[in-house]
Amino acid sequence: MQKAFVEARETQEVKGKSSFQSAMRDMLRDKYLYILALPGILYFLIFKYIPMGGILIAFQDYSPYQGFLASKWVGFENFERFFTGSEFWNLFRNTMMISLLNLVFFFPVPIIVSLLLNEVHNVKFKSFIQSVVYLPHFFSWVIIAGITFLLFSRTGGIVNNVIVMMGLEKVDFLTNPDYFWIMLTLQSIWKEAGWGTVIFLAAIAGTDPALYEAAKMDGANRLQQMWYVTLPAIKNVVITLLILRLGHVMDVGFEQVYLMTSSAVSSVSDVFETYVFRMGVKNGQFSFTTAVGLFKSIVGLILVVSTNWLAKKFGEDGIY
Amino acid sequence: MTKSIKGMTFDFTITAILIFIGLITIVPFLYIVVVSFATPSEYIQKAGAFIFPSKWTLINYQYLLSTGAFVKAGGNSAFLAIVGTLLSLAVTSSFAYSLSRKRLRGRKTLLMLVLISILFNPGIIPPYLVVKSLGMINSIWSLIIPALTSGWYIFLMKSFYDSIPAGLEEAASIDGCNDIGIWVKIILPLSLPSLAAFGLFYAVSYWNVFFNAILYINDFNKWPLQVLLQNMLIDSSTSGGDLANQIASEQEMPKETLKMAAVVVATVPIILVYPFLQKHFAKGVMVGSVKE
Repeated sequence: MQKAFVEARETQEVKGKSSFQSAMRDMLRDKYLYILALPGILYFLIFKYIPMGGILIAFQDYSPYQGFLASKWVGFENFERFFTGSEFWNLFRNTMMISLLNLVFFFPVPIIVSLLLNEVHNVKFKSFIQSVVYLPHFFSWVIIAGITFLLFSRTGGIVNNVIVMMGLEKVDFLTNPDYFWIMLTLQSIWKEAGWGTVIFLAAIAGTDPALYEAAKMDGANRLQQMWYVTLPAIKNVVITLLILRLGHVMDVGFEQVYLMTSSAVSSVSDVFETYVFRMGVKNGQFSFTTAVGLFKSIVGLILVVSTNWLAKKFGEDGIY
Repeated sequence: MTKSIKGMTFDFTITAILIFIGLITIVPFLYIVVVSFATPSEYIQKAGAFIFPSKWTLINYQYLLSTGAFVKAGGNSAFLAIVGTLLSLAVTSSFAYSLSRKRLRGRKTLLMLVLISILFNPGIIPPYLVVKSLGMINSIWSLIIPALTSGWYIFLMKSFYDSIPAGLEEAASIDGCNDIGIWVKIILPLSLPSLAAFGLFYAVSYWNVFFNAILYINDFNKWPLQVLLQNMLIDSSTSGGDLANQIASEQEMPKETLKMAAVVVATVPIILVYPFLQKHFAKGVMVGSVKE
């Protein structure tokens, strides 16, 4: 009876498409459902879709005093200025370097930690270590950056104090441009690598226990089991995540970079978002920085869609 | 025999590496916690190189909590975490519920609306101009309303509601309940555990809000805690008055221990909800958000 009711509704949904009247009747019947959806719909229209339309100011010389309608249209002038300007290659290089260092040094860490955690038989010890390594994920970047400054600052930071006690020279961890990228990478690993294990542990949990039995029969020791059973079992997840990560190669965490930046390292720390924030919000160059943001979004979208397609092609579910 | 010795060495190595990883993760934070209870003079005297204060004191916390600006910012963040979370849950749940009902006309269009917004990011400036033209700059609501819900959470919650059978609503609608009544009386109570999980994640993100705050809030009095902390902890030429310097010079004390106390106060709420958070994400409820 209930099933028939649902089916009836579904067929009605299909057939009713042609009929305007039945559509109106359905909408009237579900008016309270629309009221429930209304705040969400308004949210997406106002804060997601109006800004999408607002992207058009990238092709204007927008002035808040004149408003959107009265501002002058300038075509691709803002883009030309950006691509031919001196900043572009610097921003591009910094973004790519931070992303690639992340890919090379950060990406493998959660996989290794997951493999190690999987070998632990003591449930209490395992969940204790998990609790510890997940924790920094929930701290804000301000806290993480604050702790970094407290520990590594040149004046009063414990690390440099200990270095001096050992009779060595102080190290400019935070103000030497040579160290900036690697400090950022280490910081990301400290904050997020533990949390990154969640997805790999879930994948490992799905491994068929019979495979381990078979490996044991063949005389594989535990290191060999790790290498020949566990790792192949999560290989697909690893490759999928790697591909998807490549899709976000243009995304560098704004908060982290913004907080760690200082005038001493600005030549290596400036990325697209920090540039947009400084030139747009602080200096009021709205059209120019919207163009910069649009360039980044479009490249990002192309990368995400194509890597997602690649991941699906590869045989794993993409996210979208 | 040799095999079991090998096995033991293997177990021992794994355990040792994991303990080492755990220590690297937690020791910097534990150090900050411990030293926040030390006297400022001891920090100077030993150049910060100690693991245990010779005298435990609350003096850093007393200075910190007697600073009006710090308490004010903490209050702002608490307001965001409570009011923001409740509003976010209401909007996310009601939208996700109506999207989960197959009979809803235009459902596919609405789902597409949400999906596209996840895929395409208009950048920083256009949303900023929208918030600005709505007159929300320097209002605490600019930290709630533009971040009211998330496409990801809507999809996750919708997939939970998808599993609620239509028959359950039928019974209620026969009893004379409309869809809003059904949502309030049946759906919300039924989804309480998942609401708790989403609520915790929303609360953490409201407590940690920083980017939107530096974008939308210039007024010192309306700063949430994270912006005040940035001002206090990070020697930055961009932000004007350094609060830690100010308190430190007023009290004639070094600022490190004071900063550490500030870090501890700001993380206590996270530590308090952490066991509950862990219970939920351990169940895999939030695997989708990990992918992000």
